[in-house]
Parts: sequence; structure tokens; C-alpha cells
Amino acid sequence: MILRNRTLGAALAPAARAIQEALKSRSHVSHRLHNDSGISFRSMATVKSTTRKERRLHPLGVRIMHWINAVAIFIMIGSGWRIYNDDVLFGWLRFPDFLVIGRWAQYGLQWHFFGMWVFVINGLVYLTYGIASGRFRQKLFPISLREIIATIGDALRLHLSHEDLTVYNAVQKMLYLGVMLVGIFIVITGLCLWKPVQFSELASLFGNFQIIRLIHFLCMSAIVAFVAVHVMLALLVPQSLIAMLTGGPTVADTLAAEVGATPAEIDGQDRSNPAKR
Amino acid sequence: MSRIRTSSLFHPRHPSELNALNESKALVDDLNRRKVLRGALTLGALTLLSGCDVSEEPSVQNALRAVSSWNDAVQGAIFRSNHLAPTFSPSQVVKPPRFNAYYDIEDVRPIDGATWKLELAGLIKDKRPWTAQEIYGLPEQELIIRHICVEGWDYIGQWSGPNLRAFLTRIGADLTAKYVYFICNDDFIESIDMASALHPQTILATKYAGELIADPFGYPLRLRTAIKLGYKNAKWIRAIEVTNTFRETFWSKQGENWFAGI
Repeated sequence: MILRNRTLGAALAPAARAIQEALKSRSHVSHRLHNDSGISFRSMATVKSTTRKERRLHPLGVRIMHWINAVAIFIMIGSGWRIYNDDVLFGWLRFPDFLVIGRWAQYGLQWHFFGMWVFVINGLVYLTYGIASGRFRQKLFPISLREIIATIGDALRLHLSHEDLTVYNAVQKMLYLGVMLVGIFIVITGLCLWKPVQFSELASLFGNFQIIRLIHFLCMSAIVAFVAVHVMLALLVPQSLIAMLTGGPTVADTLAAEVGATPAEIDGQDRSNPAKR
Repeated sequence: MSRIRTSSLFHPRHPSELNALNESKALVDDLNRRKVLRGALTLGALTLLSGCDVSEEPSVQNALRAVSSWNDAVQGAIFRSNHLAPTFSPSQVVKPPRFNAYYDIEDVRPIDGATWKLELAGLIKDKRPWTAQEIYGLPEQELIIRHICVEGWDYIGQWSGPNLRAFLTRIGADLTAKYVYFICNDDFIESIDMASALHPQTILATKYAGELIADPFGYPLRLRTAIKLGYKNAKWIRAIEVTNTFRETFWSKQGENWFAGI
């Protein structure tokens, strides 16, 4: 886990201390809770989710949506490649027949215009859940450039640890946020390709039909790149793959775990700050 | 025209490909009758999607076509009947237009304009056939619009001819009917919904860039609408039928989406 890294711990210490200060200053609304596992953690009474009991890292709903999304993306990319092959954007790129979905163009189109419903409806439910439940805020924010650079440095020196699946490092946060934005973008450009006249106002924001095709294609490329890294890392760290099937480790509450555990961890590791010795 | 030809049904390299499709369909149907393929839609079969195309398995094809019909309904619901497609300037027009049909350009069977007549059928009061000269005498509307092919290519074309709504009104067609069918000289049949037929940018084109349409592009009469994919724009029309009865069209039989709005 990234916070165990000395350099990064030092980098994050001021921020962590600020969180602690903020918590102290709000102590009139704070109290200590004990969950079933006996782990104590701070909680803000104003945050409704802290009253919940223990939960899994990936609640069942998230797991179902993840795998529906995986199937939808498989369908959309395979059929999209079939559609692409009918009129290639780049003369040097044609997707081989064994990689595409649908022997005939119309089958590719049928799959694409079926998969779009699965992808969009599942995606909307996921985004709504992620925002409403606070999962995105807890898992993906805050995200700082400094942290991203530090994590990339760690990754290059193979210093990243995966002992704790429950906290995402800065690069993970960036990738997950990025692929969600790309997912939104590919749906918008897809709508513009499907209905360039009905949604002509929207389509005109991007440019002509071929430019929209190109953007749609580039979004696909970004998603393929993400999937390649995502699948590779999931195979390198099998417990993360298992967690997406079984739910993973129990977390008392993600928000509470973050504000409760992180400062302590940092304090314990922060040996670069003389004031702490 | 310089683009790479693909295995698409829109540009078959060999006419026999269609036969191959039909033959394999018959084979799958036959196998299905013997219930060999029942229940084949397993995860294992899905992984073989591309190798042995599960899309052709009747239950899968039925499901996909059901979704396609649902998409027809959605497209009808979001259709904006008075929303105009973008138009362009004459300097952007591509000449000649790009050829599209279910066969190659060499196989076009030209129509003799002197003997050709447009037949009318269905829910139309005045079914008197029209000669080319009579149609040329009608008021013309010009459209400089983007042609978008389902394959992904597009070009800007300049089409003119009588407005379809004006023509349907003139012949006493029932404008509350559901469909307008176009029966073409090349055994091609396409249809559009009445709302699209009545859209201000739907015309019966007789001219391209100010000249009579050349043979490969639909002489003497073709449909040109700014709100449908290219394949809906029937060429070499020999009859127009107004009806409430849906029947499959050339491309919808092949599994293409019927509404095909853009």
C-alpha cells in the first residue's frame, strides 16, 4: 500500500494532519463507534453511512454491475470492430475476423445496438450509485498531482504494494476516473454517430461525421488500453480479481476507515519528520 | 470510391457471398429442427462468437431482431419531425455521388426513361401512373445534404426533385397511414415511416447537381431523405405504395435495422 512508502508518507503527512485537525475541530459532532469486529474508528455523526455495520470492499451490487459492464464492453468492442472493418479509418488497421463479433456487418450492428442498452443502463445505475452512495468520493478522492507522480515513481521502482486492496493508489484513482470519463464520452459520441441529425446540436460540438467517428474510435482505444492494464494487474494480483467475485475484505466503513486509519498509519511511518521523533 | 472494398453486403466482392449466407442459414435452420443447437447460447458458445457466428443461431438472431424492433420504436419516439438536418454549400458537393447498392456498379440495369412510369398503389386516391416528363413538371426542391452510409462513410450531395409530402398530398395519399413503400426496378424494396416521409427534407430526387441523375445513382427517380441512412434511399423506383401493413424490406430481411434514422 502506497502510504507505507516513506517518501509518500512524508508527502502526505501534512494533509493527514490537516484531516486530523479538522476532525478534532468537529469533535462536537464526532463520537467513537465500535463495529462488530471490535475495530474502533472515528466517525462524523453527520455522515449517514457511518451508522452502517460492516460491509465488503465491493458490495454485491458493485460486483454485479462490474461483470455486466465487462460483458457489455466485450460486446461493444467486438461488434464495434466489425462495424469499423466495413469502412476503415486507417488503411493499415483492419481487425482480424476471429476478433470481431458478427460474421456479417448487420450482425455486428445488431450486437452493438443491443450492447449499447446494457452498457448505458448499467453505466447510469453505476454512476448514480457511485455518486449517491459516496463510493466515488471515498475511493477516488482526493487525488493530487503530487501523489500521482509519487505513485508512478513507486510503480517504476516496483515499490507498489497490494497488501491493502481497500485503498486505491493515486494512479488507480486516476485510471478509474479517467476510464469513467472516457465511457461517458464514448456514449456521447456514439449518440452523435447513431443520430447525427436528431442530435445535430450535440454533434456540431465535435465536428463532422468522420471526426466524431475518429473520437469514438480513440475513446475505444483508450478503453482497450485500460482493459489491458486492468486485466493484467488483476492477474498479477489475483486477490483483487477474487475480491471482485467474492466481495473482498470486510471494511468497517470506507469513509471511516480512510479518515480513521490513514493518519495513524502515516504517523507510524513518518520518520522523515524530526518533530515526530 | 477509392476506399478499400470490404466483405460487407453493401459491397460484395463476389455475388456468391449472398448465396453462402443463405445456404448456411438453411443449414442452421435444419440443424435447429433437429434440436442440435438448442440451448447453445452458453458462455462457451459466447466465446466462439466470432469463429462460429452465434449471431446466426435462430434464438440469438430472434433476440437481436427483437432489440432492433425495440430500437425502431425508440427512434420513432425521439424523431423530431420538424428538425432540419444540416445543409451545405454547392462547393462542398462531391461529384459524381458515391455508388451504393447490394451489387457492383457494373451490374446496374439502366431504366429507359421514355417508357418508364411510376406506378401508385395502396391508400392513394389518384393511382394514375406518372411519366418521367410529368414528374419533371412538378415544382422542385433542392437538398444539399450529407449521405451517411451504415458502413461509416459519408459525402455531401446535391439532390433535387419534388418534395415527397407535396407529391403524396397531390395524389391524395392517406397521410395518416403508417408506411410508404418503394418498389424498385432491381427487385429492391424499402419502406419508411410516414413521419419521415412527410419530413420537409424528404424528396423524390430526379437530379444530382442540377443534371438528371445518372443510371448508377437511381435514374429516373429515387428517394433522397436527409433523415435516414443511405440504404433507405431507394433508387430506380418503379412504384410507391402507401399502406398500414408492415412487411420486411430488402435490408431488414438481411437483419439491418428497419427504421435506420439518423
